[in-house]
Amino acid sequence: MSLWVWVLLACGAAYATKLVGYLVPGSWLGHPLVTRISGTMTVALLAALVAMNTFSQGSGIVFDARIGALVAAGIALLLRAPFIVVVIVGAAAAAGLRLLGLP
Amino acid sequence: MTETPEPDQQNGALWRLTPAARIGLAIAAAISLYGVSFGALAVASGLTLWQTIALSALMFTGGSQFAFIGVIASGGAPASAFGGATLLSLRNTIYAVQLKALLNPRGAKRLVAAQLTIDETMATSTVQETAAEQRRGFWITGIACYLGWNLATVVGALLGDFIAEPESLGLDGAVVAAFLGLLWPRLRAREPWALAVLAALLTVLIMPLVPAGVPILVAAGVAVVWGFLAARRERVSPGSRRSPSRMRCQQ
Repeated sequence: MSLWVWVLLACGAAYATKLVGYLVPGSWLGHPLVTRISGTMTVALLAALVAMNTFSQGSGIVFDARIGALVAAGIALLLRAPFIVVVIVGAAAAAGLRLLGLP
Repeated sequence: MTETPEPDQQNGALWRLTPAARIGLAIAAAISLYGVSFGALAVASGLTLWQTIALSALMFTGGSQFAFIGVIASGGAPASAFGGATLLSLRNTIYAVQLKALLNPRGAKRLVAAQLTIDETMATSTVQETAAEQRRGFWITGIACYLGWNLATVVGALLGDFIAEPESLGLDGAVVAAFLGLLWPRLRAREPWALAVLAALLTVLIMPLVPAGVPILVAAGVAVVWGFLAARRERVSPGSRRSPSRMRCQQ
């Protein structure tokens, strides 16, 4: 039963982290500096998500087939492939490299 | 049988298969397959079926959920499972501030929007150019991910991991490609390129040194400092107004 308590506490805490961002006063968000930062924020967060999803392994980093997926997706984007094709190319590259024996 | 035209323009406008909607559905498909793994691993790590379902339905932030069951599976204290999951969810606060600036949902909609505030919805929504696409990017991605993720969790928890390794299907590669695909259109000038490279490098460098979840917060800190310095530079040298801020910003 005690695990249930921690499950629900963790769910409540996660929801709180999400909700609290929506409680920021709207007047703060109209400031030009905030507008400027929300542009840089999108780029930095997406770049960090790309890096994290490419290299993360537990609490460390690892170099594996996901790097191939990153490169293949980059090439697909350079060739102006549509989004869904980019995603499939990424999956195919990772799966293919693993078939060839890469971790 | 003739269909009467849909009078609800609002709904008609939201539920259209536009580019943002297609991106959202593609991401939801890839993410949902991971839900099967989550369901199976959660049960294997000692959670009951209902605890597993509660995590996906109520926590609904994949990184935190995997962190929670990871600690439990390795015999760690439930309190550290709580700590790890919560730390990983702090980035959602930053996403929520951004999404509030874009969408400003009110009332009950705000409570639902909060639950749907995750990597995928932030990413799909904030990169869209128009307000309508930002709304579609958020709501369609969010609802599709929520339904798919929870359905897949139940399937995985009941049937076990028939997708033995999502990695062998390249699903992890699909996620990498999806985030790169969302970032790409933003990289049309030198400044966002430099910022993206800096944020990615810093993330990789500090990942082994700090607990999971912290690197994203550091990247957010870099964005704040960068935006602040760039804004000040533009104020100090009015000459640079000729080429106004090349980093595209949302309203």
